[in-house]
Amino acid sequence: MVTNAEVRTKVLDIIADIALDDDVTGIKDDVALREQLDLDSMDFLDIVMELKKRHKIEVPQEDYPRLASMASCVEYLVPKFNQ
Amino acid sequence: MSNQKVDCIIIGAGMSGLAAGIRLSMYNKKVLILEKHSISGGLNSYYARGKRKFDVGLHALTNFVSPSDRGKPFNKLMKQLRIPYEEFKLSQQNYSLIQFPEKTLKFTNEINVLTEEISRNFPHEVDGFIRLLEHIRNFDEVNLNNETVMAKVVVGNFIKEKSLVEMIFCPLLIYGSAWENDMDFSQFVIMFKSIFLEGFSRPEGGVRTILDLLLKRLKVNGGELKYRAEVTRIISHNGKIFGVEINHNEIIECDQVLSSMGLPETYGVVSEFEELKKPQTGNLSFCESILVTDKKPRDLGIDATIIFYNNRPEYLYQKPKTLFDTESAVVCFPNNFKYDSFEDDYSEGVLRVTNIANFELWNELKSSEDSYLYREQKENVFLNAQKILKSCGLKSEYNVNFKDIFTPTTIKRYTQHFDGTVYGSTDKSRNGTTPIHGLYICGTDQGFLGIVGSMLSGISMANLHVLQGDLK
Ligand SMILES: Cc1cc2nc3c(=O)[nH]c(=O)nc-3n(C[C@H](O)[C@H](O)[C@H](O)COP(=O)(O)OP(=O)(O)OC[C@H]3O[C@@H](n4cnc5c(N)ncnc54)[C@H](O)[C@@H]3O)c2cc1C
Repeated sequence: MVTNAEVRTKVLDIIADIALDDDVTGIKDDVALREQLDLDSMDFLDIVMELKKRHKIEVPQEDYPRLASMASCVEYLVPKFNQ
Repeated sequence: MSNQKVDCIIIGAGMSGLAAGIRLSMYNKKVLILEKHSISGGLNSYYARGKRKFDVGLHALTNFVSPSDRGKPFNKLMKQLRIPYEEFKLSQQNYSLIQFPEKTLKFTNEINVLTEEISRNFPHEVDGFIRLLEHIRNFDEVNLNNETVMAKVVVGNFIKEKSLVEMIFCPLLIYGSAWENDMDFSQFVIMFKSIFLEGFSRPEGGVRTILDLLLKRLKVNGGELKYRAEVTRIISHNGKIFGVEINHNEIIECDQVLSSMGLPETYGVVSEFEELKKPQTGNLSFCESILVTDKKPRDLGIDATIIFYNNRPEYLYQKPKTLFDTESAVVCFPNNFKYDSFEDDYSEGVLRVTNIANFELWNELKSSEDSYLYREQKENVFLNAQKILKSCGLKSEYNVNFKDIFTPTTIKRYTQHFDGTVYGSTDKSRNGTTPIHGLYICGTDQGFLGIVGSMLSGISMANLHVLQGDLK
């Protein structure tokens, strides 16, 4: 069973690698990632690609909005990690 | 014949092909880059004569930004390629000049300098220029749905004085227009932002530094690159890609091909394109004189980084009727960047003078029996370069230790671009698609050019057509 906290860490690791020189330690869970970090659509593509590469998790295009904030990411991804 | 199979073939190891290769190999695609030449770089490559190293392209890297300027193209690019900014070891320009017969305008990487120069030289136009800046800043130049409007018409709404319009267009045309004398407004905005709002810098070590970083990334990701591998045929069946033939004898199968050869060059090797209208070959090519001198330009009275020189009231950005245009040039002084943190890697003076040139005329000379004629004309290019350097204010107390001159035929020989074009065809494939399913265009003829532009093109075409395509 992968916990919420573990999924959060995995997502954070991915974001840290993509946003090379952004500080990701203070990310607020309920605020949109776009508002806190400089992420554009190219970067969201990378989050999706990294999820697939590292964790074999597929996020179809229509589900992209569910990756908007850290909280929504965790909520959406936990069941996928535990499938 | 072999039956090797990969996911994706990229034609060309120039800036766009390498960038695309990095993106695809990063996400576990089996990628193979095929390059005809024995080294990478394409239009932005390098060579050595004796112990001296030279860059072919790279006068300056455009789009200079500080690392904190997040949303800007250069930083986006680095992020996508996972190359840290510091590794480029960038030094900014001192300043550059647009030198016309009547007036000279100076600009730096701070736009205020140009605005002040305009208010001093064209006091009636400065308000218009400021409004133009506002319009440019708010314009979404990369939106693929923008309607095509000519930039001189738009700029004419803000600036009335024709000579100022000519001066503003001069650097932007010669650094990135496939069209003669004008360009589409979106392209104008791309160029304006990359040159006037962001600006020039140089990586320590020149173009080799950029290429080494890209090649290292590609290798780390497991991407493969094959030199001396000319794509002689792009094979499709019923409009769908099947693979490519290299060096007339080997076939490699693949699902997708990204081609950076250029649009007419790509169509030229696809057999199924036979009935289609051939894209235009661009008109613009260049010749360049490189002088290596015993003194650095600073000691000869010049500390400008780049001088856009034009000796006519109007700037003629068009194919000349003579071998080359003697009255205009880009003059670049690689010794004149601000080497505070990084070094000037040239121990001698290096002076580069680039003129617009006519491919056919050079090609005739080159093909003639008498090779003396070609060499004689190259010597003329060199003598004219010295004359231009003098008009730019260079003192003549220097000795030339070494010189080299390249012409449009040199560009053709090393990059395969038809007619030695540098900015490609006037027909672009903005979204990268072709009538063949699985065959995409990246680089110059997708529409983004220059070093930064072509890398962005490689990245966005790889993202759009291969990576995103997989998610659907
Ligand atoms: C003199 C000069 C100065 C320049 N100065 C600057 C500058 O200061 N700043 C700047 O930003 N830009 C500059 N540029 C422009 C810039 O270099 C180009 O816009 C950019 O490099 C284009 O990259 P590309 O990947 O689109 O194409 P290319 O570099 O042309 O890459 C295409 C590659 O494909 C290979 N190829 C072609 N046909 C085949 C085939 N059939 N099979 C296999 N391989 C093939 C070619 O050998 C080449 O390596 C300059 C160019 C020149 C010539």
